[in-house]
Amino acid sequence: MNTTFKALVAGAAFSLAGSAVMAAECIAPANPGGGWDFTCRQIGKILYDIGQVDSPVQVTNMAGGGGGLAFTHVVNERGDDADLIVAASQATATRLAQNAYAGMKADQVRFVGAIGADPGVIVVAADSPYGDLAALVDAIKADPGSVAFAGGSAVGGFDHMKPLMILKEAGFTDITKVKYIGVDGGADAITQTVGGFTQAMTGDMSEIVGFIKSGEVRALAVLTEERVPGFEDIPTAKEQGFDVVAVNWRGLYVPKNISDEDFEAWGAKLQAVADSDEWQAAMQANGLAPFTKVGGDFQSWVDGVIADTVELSKELGVIQ
Amino acid sequence: MELLSNLALGFSVALSPYTLMLAVIGCFLGTVIGALPGLGPSNGVAILIPLAFTLGLDATSALVLMTSVYYGAMYGGRISSILLNIPGDEPALMTTLDGYPMAKAGRAGEALVLSGFASFVGAVLATVGLMLLAPLLSRIAYQFGPAEYFALYLLAFATLGGIASNNQAKAALASAIGLGIAMVGVDHTTGMPRLTGGNLHLFDGIDFLVAIVGLFAVAEVFVFIESHGKGSSIGVKLEKVTIPVRELLGGTWTMLRASLIGFIAGILPGAGASLGSFLAYMQEKSVQGPDAGFGTGNPKGVMAPEAGNNAAAGGALVPMLTLGVPGSGTTAVLLALLMTLNITPGPTLFTDNPDVVWGLIASLLIANFVLLALNVPLVRIFVKILSVPPWVLLPGVMMISFVGIYSLSGSYFDLLLMILFGVVGWLFRKLDIPTVPIILGILLGSHMESALRRAMVLSDGEWTYLFSSPIAIGLWIFAVAGFIAPMFLRNVLRKPQRITD
Repeated sequence: MNTTFKALVAGAAFSLAGSAVMAAECIAPANPGGGWDFTCRQIGKILYDIGQVDSPVQVTNMAGGGGGLAFTHVVNERGDDADLIVAASQATATRLAQNAYAGMKADQVRFVGAIGADPGVIVVAADSPYGDLAALVDAIKADPGSVAFAGGSAVGGFDHMKPLMILKEAGFTDITKVKYIGVDGGADAITQTVGGFTQAMTGDMSEIVGFIKSGEVRALAVLTEERVPGFEDIPTAKEQGFDVVAVNWRGLYVPKNISDEDFEAWGAKLQAVADSDEWQAAMQANGLAPFTKVGGDFQSWVDGVIADTVELSKELGVIQ
Repeated sequence: MELLSNLALGFSVALSPYTLMLAVIGCFLGTVIGALPGLGPSNGVAILIPLAFTLGLDATSALVLMTSVYYGAMYGGRISSILLNIPGDEPALMTTLDGYPMAKAGRAGEALVLSGFASFVGAVLATVGLMLLAPLLSRIAYQFGPAEYFALYLLAFATLGGIASNNQAKAALASAIGLGIAMVGVDHTTGMPRLTGGNLHLFDGIDFLVAIVGLFAVAEVFVFIESHGKGSSIGVKLEKVTIPVRELLGGTWTMLRASLIGFIAGILPGAGASLGSFLAYMQEKSVQGPDAGFGTGNPKGVMAPEAGNNAAAGGALVPMLTLGVPGSGTTAVLLALLMTLNITPGPTLFTDNPDVVWGLIASLLIANFVLLALNVPLVRIFVKILSVPPWVLLPGVMMISFVGIYSLSGSYFDLLLMILFGVVGWLFRKLDIPTVPIILGILLGSHMESALRRAMVLSDGEWTYLFSSPIAIGLWIFAVAGFIAPMFLRNVLRKPQRITD
């Protein structure tokens, strides 16, 4: 009895001491199971496996406000914690651009890197009359009411923005006329499209893989620079004459007030993860395409994305 | 023939001692989770997902464990419904209506056995249905657009007046309150926050589990405190467990009907087990007529919703596996699990990963036999967990409510909200306003609203779009009939009933 107790105390003391040596912490601003959780757990695990950190990365789930709760927490309470990383994605940037985090701004944290992305896609039912992206765009130009899009995000969300970016590129400016319904996720959006209730689906590559294989839908375009490995028969929007790149990147941000050295160190660690075989395997398993940008490079890229989103959102009337 | 060879493949995967052990553990944990008020299948599965990862389980084992927990929770939900009048999970709501009166009349053992058996029938039939029909039924989802969904939810609300109270006005008021609560949060169609008062915690809306636990568990504790333990529903004793063969055989058709309805409700994406148990109860009530004494402890009123909700649990797996569209909250969690295990559910799952799918189906069958054994002869073990004295149990209920809700979001705000719902539930009980429609309002309200608004976007605001397909028109007719019929039937049928009384 007594020894057990001693052992327990010793164990507790040991684990306390262990954590005091500063395990890095990764906040996933959502419940277990989603994309942000995946980012934290995968990157955290690989960081430890390849020896970039000394002790396993502790993952904290902090769901709420679509990531806003975690963002507020980091800005207000952890502003100079150099051992903290937070999972982020395109959704984080979109919400920041649209003031969805209760007035918080993107420059209150530092975006340290993205190491993978889910490419955007535009998809139609297998029997759709639209053979390529140009045919779809022309139909909308002729009669904006003739094509309705379904996507997994709310109005003004990233899935909604994808077709709008393409249409603007094609010279169609009356974007509020474009019909879009936000449904519960990409699979639901495909169901609506295959069922004929909407004419096209806008979403992420990972959402459509099964449906492409079963032949129920056709992808008109993938919104990346190059064709995606494994899906070489899907043309990019760019090669069809619409210079639009829209990917749902997976990455991290860190608190604003950490030193530049710490910021660069996290960038280097992320680069090491991106180069690891483990991460290559994890990306392949989860339908992610390579997309690596770290450090200051990534910060300026995110700034650009946010500026674009602000502009589109204003035209759409989602923000003032 | 192909079916048999597939099934053989499934059993070869699922019958290893290790997987069997996982199935038993999952069933036991699931039943406990289901039996404890507030911890439903979705948070049960959600809480246990980390366990599957910690154990380093492969895809099939993890799925076996989690679906055992899922089905176990569906079985377990009825135990606290019957003994405590607190639904263990949200689909077990309808089981309280007749289960608790039976328990009060000293027939708790009977109610538990009947409902356990009904759960088994519903779940096994649904699993068989999943096996036979999954490839075909996956097409149904393509027939449901916004207009059809709107009519479906309308049907659920229109038939609401009859169940929870004998006063349709109060039931309507309660469902309107529920719909109002469902409006809180970021509006999915425009991305604008509504009724949040700028509070970031409310942006995601109000989780229905917070409302359920508050309105049921916490309110129960308040009632108990107020009455100093007198007149509280807690404390029904389970005397002896016998198998009421006559009622069981008499309920054969009830269980078959309820299973069919539950299964269909489960298949429809977004409808889920709650709608399954609700529709199963409603149709049984109308089949048996008002003389049957539904709501006063009719054994069929226990069997129908239990067969219905377990069949719906199986049905909900159909769109999840074949389309990747979860049919309920729990299957959404399971979907997340599958994705993390590197399996993408969708039309190709049956051809790409036959071992996973058929292993899952085989283990569902096994899990149901394990659950029948756990829930009929061994039901006392679970009752023991609940039959501690109120002064121990109630703080325990409070604690589990708090822990369960906190584990959902890790937010203290939900705890405050839960207490607020507890106060509201206590007040409504004083005013004799039913709380069931509030829950259904919260549960279905946002789906119904988005369906309507999507329909309006697609049709440029043309309201006739809502009646544009045979399915939609059929659902509208049932909805209107379901709303009006009880008013007439109540007047016509009450009088002879009084005479026989």
